Amino acid sequence: MPEVIPSAARKAAFALTASLALLTTACTGQSGSGATDDASKDTTINFWHAWSAPNEVQAVRKLVAGFEKAHPNIHVHIVGDMTDDKINQALRSGGSDAPDVISSFTTNNVGKFCSSGALVDLNPFFKKSGIDPAATFPKTMNEYTQFEGNRCTVPLLGDAYGLYYNKTAFKKAGIAGPPKTWSEFEADAKKLTVPDGDSYKQLGFMPDYHGWESTTEHYFAQFSPTYFDKNGKSNLAKDPAFEKGFTLQKRLVDELGGFQRLERFRSTLGDEWGPKHPFHTGQVAMQLDGEWRLGMALAAKPSFDIGVAPLPVPDDQAAQYGKGYITGTIAGIAATSHKQNAAWELVKYMTTDTDAVVNFSNAIHNVPSTLAALKSPKLTYDPRFKTFLDIAANPDSTTSPASINGGVYLTTIQNFGYDYESGKVTDLKAGLMRTAAQIDTDIAQAK
Amino acid sequence: MATITLASKRRRSGLAAKRRKKALRTAAFMSPWLIGFAVFFAYPLISTVYFSFMHYDGFKPPTWSGTKNWTYVFEHYPYFWPALRNTLWLVVVTVTLRVLFGLGIGLLITKIKTGTGVFRTLFYLPYLAPPVAATMAFAFLLNPGTGPVNSILEKIGIPAPGWFNDPNWSKPALTLLFLWGVGDLMVIFMAALLDVPKEQYEAAELDGASAWQRFRFVTIPNISPIIMFAVVTGVIAAMQCYTQPLVAGKVASGVIQGAGTMFEPGYPERSTLTLPQLVYNLGFQRFDYGSACVVALVLFALSMAFTAFLMRRRGGLIQAGD
Repeated sequence: MPEVIPSAARKAAFALTASLALLTTACTGQSGSGATDDASKDTTINFWHAWSAPNEVQAVRKLVAGFEKAHPNIHVHIVGDMTDDKINQALRSGGSDAPDVISSFTTNNVGKFCSSGALVDLNPFFKKSGIDPAATFPKTMNEYTQFEGNRCTVPLLGDAYGLYYNKTAFKKAGIAGPPKTWSEFEADAKKLTVPDGDSYKQLGFMPDYHGWESTTEHYFAQFSPTYFDKNGKSNLAKDPAFEKGFTLQKRLVDELGGFQRLERFRSTLGDEWGPKHPFHTGQVAMQLDGEWRLGMALAAKPSFDIGVAPLPVPDDQAAQYGKGYITGTIAGIAATSHKQNAAWELVKYMTTDTDAVVNFSNAIHNVPSTLAALKSPKLTYDPRFKTFLDIAANPDSTTSPASINGGVYLTTIQNFGYDYESGKVTDLKAGLMRTAAQIDTDIAQAK
Repeated sequence: MATITLASKRRRSGLAAKRRKKALRTAAFMSPWLIGFAVFFAYPLISTVYFSFMHYDGFKPPTWSGTKNWTYVFEHYPYFWPALRNTLWLVVVTVTLRVLFGLGIGLLITKIKTGTGVFRTLFYLPYLAPPVAATMAFAFLLNPGTGPVNSILEKIGIPAPGWFNDPNWSKPALTLLFLWGVGDLMVIFMAALLDVPKEQYEAAELDGASAWQRFRFVTIPNISPIIMFAVVTGVIAAMQCYTQPLVAGKVASGVIQGAGTMFEPGYPERSTLTLPQLVYNLGFQRFDYGSACVVALVLFALSMAFTAFLMRRRGGLIQAGD
């Protein structure tokens, strides 16, 4: 019989309803800069992070070991593999096992973390330590870690998105180099596609929005869109960048075989995080992906040469070739923590100590998140990785802005993308207007 | 006269004291249930109603929002109506088919002369499979491109469906999964079928009743309370259906939910979305507790309505005196 809601969720639901009345008078809200704990005394803090791969977990341990060596009085209890759902629930519950310091893989939730007061505003801590965030972090990273002036998170390594391509397949198809504009990309994707009956021997590019990192926000970054106007209303139907982005993706879907055929092929492919990823196996010749893919692809020992380049740009923005989508891991301090000064010491070390950032970046192949670390001679990387460092440093690179309800607006846009690419919605303009209205309603509901 | 009145008064007060004592004793015996009812049902229910009119994100103190949450859920939350339709579909189609299938298998096994134990085990085993593992196995079997089911269908010339990747086939695929795990009902029906008095079959046979007539007029009336039980518990479980559609949708969509991956309920095209998923999405992902309470109340009202309807009508299943 259908399984009921998992017991953990049921218990949480009960705990929620049973404690709601108490919470009406006892807000667990933020303590801001009012941290009173003595960071020089012997203490233990809880650090929750999201990394789960063995090499990543090892790297986190090493990072924390470096901190404990520098701060022998502060002991860190590390808990890994934590999703944002779990972190959010723990931040609300508090208690001795709840995290003092958290890190999250997505910047989408920064708005929610800051506006709800789940994480403390770190501005007073930066001020107290004499660190200027604007001079410490790259511009985009500095922006995506705050919401309406509240800096409740800091960047802890970054992610940049670019294009991976199969150099061997390119050579075979007679293509000289990676495409720089979407027109070139379209032509190359078609040239690289080798049909096999109703399927493919090799697909030039998997354009479907379910093609893992081929999400709407990753495509659209190449069009430099403005998600919200100055009044905070959705710009989806007003900024032509979105219409251009949707049109391009739909055209790719249609030109490369149509939605049904592509989806059928997609269902046969290996998963995103496994060695049978279709780019590793040569089933797709070009892949929109983050900097971590290089290490994964090399580990899979593919039978072709891997090329790395920035994603193409629209033909009328050719001068901006080199930009891309930027996001990253973030760290913050729980508002429920009674050890915020000690927690700040850990956050400060992990995010601003140049050697710590560089060593961590070297270990997990992410983009360093401080300007000093980006320039550090200790940074070791495959020459191809430099492409992502350049994308991260490119002033035209963009991110998706923080919103009061987190990444809900991005999910709404993505869901519209599914309807549009599958042909369920045919009137793009009307669909964009409807989706923009939905985003505004969702934001109003969250206020 | 006065003496009689006094005696009668004394008798009355004695009776009242006795009644009070009896009432107290009854209340004492009932107190575990009363406490449980108050703590686990009445208070959460009242709280849910209260918070459905509040704006509350778990951090800031709740504020009165009137009917805003109700309007949002019914008019602006794009997932509500598809989820309601899917939940009702599961209630009507899945429960009906599961009861019929469970009864059919139970009947077949009671008729088998040899190897009953083997068949009983074979049909019961799938019920023991953890829901997530069972769903992932079905997603593999029904994979439109590489799954063995479609390979066989294609070989025999039947057009292969998209199963969990096709909005028209995702719910039938889920139903197949639920039918596969029908072992619990099969065991209950088997016990009920074996309990039907043999004399009634013999009498019916002597009266010249056909196999169908024996089933219709002897078997069904005897096992009707069990059918009723299967339907009511099935409806309630279908209303709470959460895990299988979520796992099936995630696996089929190709999105392996990483730590920072956005929640994407109901793949494909919201066809596997259910109301309990919305409660989780609104309450524990968006932290819009008010709207989550609205959906929870809708779910509660629906469950009550279905149960009341079934108990009132009894579907002609339970005879007077049962």
